Amino acid sequence: MAHLNLFAFGIYPYIAIAIMVIGSWIRYDREQYSWKTSSSQLLESKQLRKGSIAFHIGVLGIFLGHFFGLLMPKEIWYLFGITTQMKQLIAIGAGGLFGLICFYGLTVLIKRRLFNPRIRATSNPMDIAILFLLYAQLILGLLSITVSMGHLDGAEMLKLMAWAQNTVTFNSVAAAEAISGVHWIFKMHVFLGMTLFVVFPFSRLVHMLSVPVQYISRQHQIVRQRFVR
Amino acid sequence: MKVRAQIGMVLNLDKCIGCHTCSITCKNVWTSREGVEYAWFNNVETKPGIGFPKEWENQQKWNGGWVRNKSGKLELKIGGKRRILANIFANPDLPEIDDYYEPFDFDYQHLHNVGDTKHQPVARPRSLISGQRMEKIEWGPNWEEILGTEFAKRKIDQNFNEVVQKDIYGQFEKTFMMYLPRLCEHCLNPACVAACPSGAIYKREEDGIVLIDQDKCRGWRMCVSACPYKKIYYNWKTGKSEKCTFCFPRIEAGQPTVCSETCVGRIRYLGVLLYDADKIEVAANTPNEKDLYQAQLDIFLDPNDPVVIAAARAEGISDNWIKAAQRSPVYMMAMEWKVALPLHPEYRTLPMVWYVPPLSPIQSAVQAGHVGMNGEIPDLKSLRIPLRYLANMLTAGDEAPVVRALERMIAMRAFKRAQQVDGIEDAEVLKQVGLTPVQVEEMYRYMALANYEDRFVIPTSHRAYAENAYDLKSSCGFSFGNGCGDGNNGVNLFGTKAKGVRQVIPVEIKD
Repeated sequence: MAHLNLFAFGIYPYIAIAIMVIGSWIRYDREQYSWKTSSSQLLESKQLRKGSIAFHIGVLGIFLGHFFGLLMPKEIWYLFGITTQMKQLIAIGAGGLFGLICFYGLTVLIKRRLFNPRIRATSNPMDIAILFLLYAQLILGLLSITVSMGHLDGAEMLKLMAWAQNTVTFNSVAAAEAISGVHWIFKMHVFLGMTLFVVFPFSRLVHMLSVPVQYISRQHQIVRQRFVR
Repeated sequence: MKVRAQIGMVLNLDKCIGCHTCSITCKNVWTSREGVEYAWFNNVETKPGIGFPKEWENQQKWNGGWVRNKSGKLELKIGGKRRILANIFANPDLPEIDDYYEPFDFDYQHLHNVGDTKHQPVARPRSLISGQRMEKIEWGPNWEEILGTEFAKRKIDQNFNEVVQKDIYGQFEKTFMMYLPRLCEHCLNPACVAACPSGAIYKREEDGIVLIDQDKCRGWRMCVSACPYKKIYYNWKTGKSEKCTFCFPRIEAGQPTVCSETCVGRIRYLGVLLYDADKIEVAANTPNEKDLYQAQLDIFLDPNDPVVIAAARAEGISDNWIKAAQRSPVYMMAMEWKVALPLHPEYRTLPMVWYVPPLSPIQSAVQAGHVGMNGEIPDLKSLRIPLRYLANMLTAGDEAPVVRALERMIAMRAFKRAQQVDGIEDAEVLKQVGLTPVQVEEMYRYMALANYEDRFVIPTSHRAYAENAYDLKSSCGFSFGNGCGDGNNGVNLFGTKAKGVRQVIPVEIKD
């Protein structure tokens, strides 16, 4: 069991991140034509507007929450005067709120993808799979709130932070050890999260690397030269 | 002065017979693929009508093109950059497939397989998107063909704005129609380029053709909304936007676009325009909409002016391009005779496909004595197509340029009739419209005879000279599949077509 634990939480994360980075790199380099948001708004707009906006707002909030919540050392939180208990409450509150917004959006999007004949007929298997993966991950995340409610001191959260921070600092054994005692819902959530990294380069998720931030500072018009005369 | 060259087009609506050959040949070459069945890079609309996609001219609805904002700056009507990015998860101004039409095909095989039946078998329609049966086709790419659908529906055509008593044009005796073939305008101030968050759309410096980099396009769909002509189509299969390419592989080889080449009415003209790129922003930002047409004319440079020629050479524009600009039928019709006008200059995109307004039945009425005369020229207020309607379409509502164009065309006819039927030179009729006999003979040659060599004056790009072959030497050796070069060994990680096999029309250069 310990070996399995070490693999799942000490080794698998590195495999997943490697697949994500190298896979995305190859795809961007060689298959940029396939690098896209894959929007289906042209075929159905109303439900998409409802679902997509909610989903994206939710998921961005969740992403930022996880990023800072897991990776920022607890000492920095203390520096801001935020104790572990307070942080646990913030995580439950903000995570719950954005999680519910995201849940609403994703539910609309899944319903649309499965039951709108135009969308269904033009979906790739991966388009559908990725929605269900995200849905499962989101539901696990929301369920984990009930576990956290039993640990309002934030002890469970500290273990997860230790896992994340040890992982990014390459202490894989310590990382796996830190997470070994948490509730199985958290373990599933982390494992599935890593699996999302694996799927990333093979799905439409790659579009999140193309957030067009440079557009803000760009000139309006673009002129290109075909040949040097 | 920064001289740039643009391949422009003129369509002589006076001669368009609405045969749709341009649309069909374009379709066959460029969009007969899954994902763009609904897209028509070139389509022909019967006006008045709401057009394709529905109500494309209604910018209150679609928010296409540019506007001057409160501080007098030019801004996209869909909003500034921040607003565009804020709407990136779901574009509020995107037409849906039903605004174009749901593409369909018919179950022809049923006719073969049906066996003995009591009734004549029929091939019923099926959606090309969902694959499902369509019980009733509600709309198509050309639903209003020759005044199809009720006038009540067609009269919301934006060009009817401020046309007095527009309801009378619903009466059989008073009705009118004209054809409007439409394609990408290859604008000098393209809204699609400005709206693309990825920076995938660009204007080519050497010929002004606006293209979408299919590799860089991420499918944010803002271009579809920003283009006021709705001439960018989102390919639902590939997730990329596509548009009219002005048949650039043909243009580069000195050949006309497919739509122009195949036009049986010989209404299309292609030629080089030289313009001052430094003036674009000011021209597009002209405060009064009615001055936009003139502002656009002011950007163009006289290709016979030695100063312009020197400046063009300094920019690296080759002599064959300058020569082509001097012979350009587009320049003659737009600038010298002023018979060609831009389509909806009020969108502030500075479009580069121009239109000669159509004369409508008037000559026969003149002969029958129904129409008032204004000197030698019949009074254009008696035209079947209201002047205001044409002005709304071509000059942002200013009737004077439309009147000038139509009068010059009538004068040309009167002059040539007098010359060829009565054997007299009727200089009076020309004086009234400000033309000389030499000019009218030229107009006649270009607009009435419209020989192939006069319609299409396209310089080649000399690609062979432009690419330095020595630099290309040994640049790509062994390649695993589809990176450098266009190797295609079937190894493909992500299940898409390899690059480098994008099909274009093979071009044969004939001298």
